[in-house]
Amino acid sequence: MAIEGVDLIKAAAFLGAGIAMGLGAIGPGVGEGFVGGKACEAIGRKPEEAGLLTRTMLVGQAVSESTGIYSLVVALLLLFVV
Amino acid sequence: MLSDASTIVQLASYGGAGLCIGLGAIGAALGEGYTAGLANEGLSQKPEQSGDILKNMLVGQAVAESAAIFALVIAILLLFLDAPTTSLLKAAALLGAGLSMGFGAIGSGIGSGFPGGEACLGMARQPAIIGKLTTNMLIGSAVCQTPAIFSMVVALMLMFMDFGNLPLSPTWAAFLGAGISTGLAAIGSGLGGGMAAGASCGGIARNPDTFGQVTTTMLVGQAVSQTPSIFGLLISFVLMFKAFPETVALSASMALLGAGISMGFGGIGPGIGNGLTAEGAVKWVARNIDAAGSLTRTMLVGQAVSQSTAIYAMVVSLVLIFVV
Repeated sequence: MAIEGVDLIKAAAFLGAGIAMGLGAIGPGVGEGFVGGKACEAIGRKPEEAGLLTRTMLVGQAVSESTGIYSLVVALLLLFVV
Repeated sequence: MLSDASTIVQLASYGGAGLCIGLGAIGAALGEGYTAGLANEGLSQKPEQSGDILKNMLVGQAVAESAAIFALVIAILLLFLDAPTTSLLKAAALLGAGLSMGFGAIGSGIGSGFPGGEACLGMARQPAIIGKLTTNMLIGSAVCQTPAIFSMVVALMLMFMDFGNLPLSPTWAAFLGAGISTGLAAIGSGLGGGMAAGASCGGIARNPDTFGQVTTTMLVGQAVSQTPSIFGLLISFVLMFKAFPETVALSASMALLGAGISMGFGGIGPGIGNGLTAEGAVKWVARNIDAAGSLTRTMLVGQAVSQSTAIYAMVVSLVLIFVV
């Protein structure tokens, strides 16, 4: 079975997209969950600050999300552009 | 040279069996060790409770063990399976089955250890509510086993389904991807479910009156933690049941393998993250039950955000399967 150059490059790009998104999703998933857990802890201690704490949680999670979005962008680039 | 197909099928079958029980033994052993460790800690605080704590430890460990037993069953089936066909496709399916069950048992095994240990420790603290603690432990650790059961379902389907005359390329990659997707995604959900269950046993021991509310919050948190493994199962089913047109192109195979890898690894983080959030919420519902509503809301919002990366991974997998 002859494998042509273009096919090989496409194969690497597709596999790479899977690896990029898969591994890239681990960190944000754990990080955002950690933020959520700590926010719950803080609300448990000070329920009257729930609004402020939820806001802070969401901002923190959004920043933590960024690396997941980088992975998604790289995966989509590998899929459709390269 | 490995020229004939039956040799390669045997190779995949034995290799898959080794990976299955080798990987599958990691989680249960860690989980049981954790349970026994906390049981000892409890015993040092209240030696007169030794009977109840020991009994609970063994029950908790037995549940954690079940993940490894699933892996053992699949490994033995792979060893002694008289493969009905000798096509190379069967080899990919058998290797995929071993990977699915092997990876899939890790999270559930470790996760089930958390509620077992916390329940043992709780019995030393609150000898009066031994029954409630055992009940809560069993509910929590049963949910932890779900991802391992998903993996076993996928493994059994890969082993015993008749795939007809599907083309070898690219279906071989679809079968490997199906095993990897459910297997890896189950790691996160198993661990995450265990964190929530552990916190709930600890919480009930601290404040027994909150039993109902704590168990409810635990189940909601665990249910969300299971989502990544359900995504993994979904991608596996698509990979197993979609008929892919025959092609010699390597890229078509790699797209399907990549889809499995993306969803599999992508499910690990959100599963653990959802569990961390649920752990925090459950722990504090037990300490401050008046804030239970606010805590449950915050937990669900936090989990939803943590879930997003699993959804990205699923989108990339679906694009790899259906678009490119």
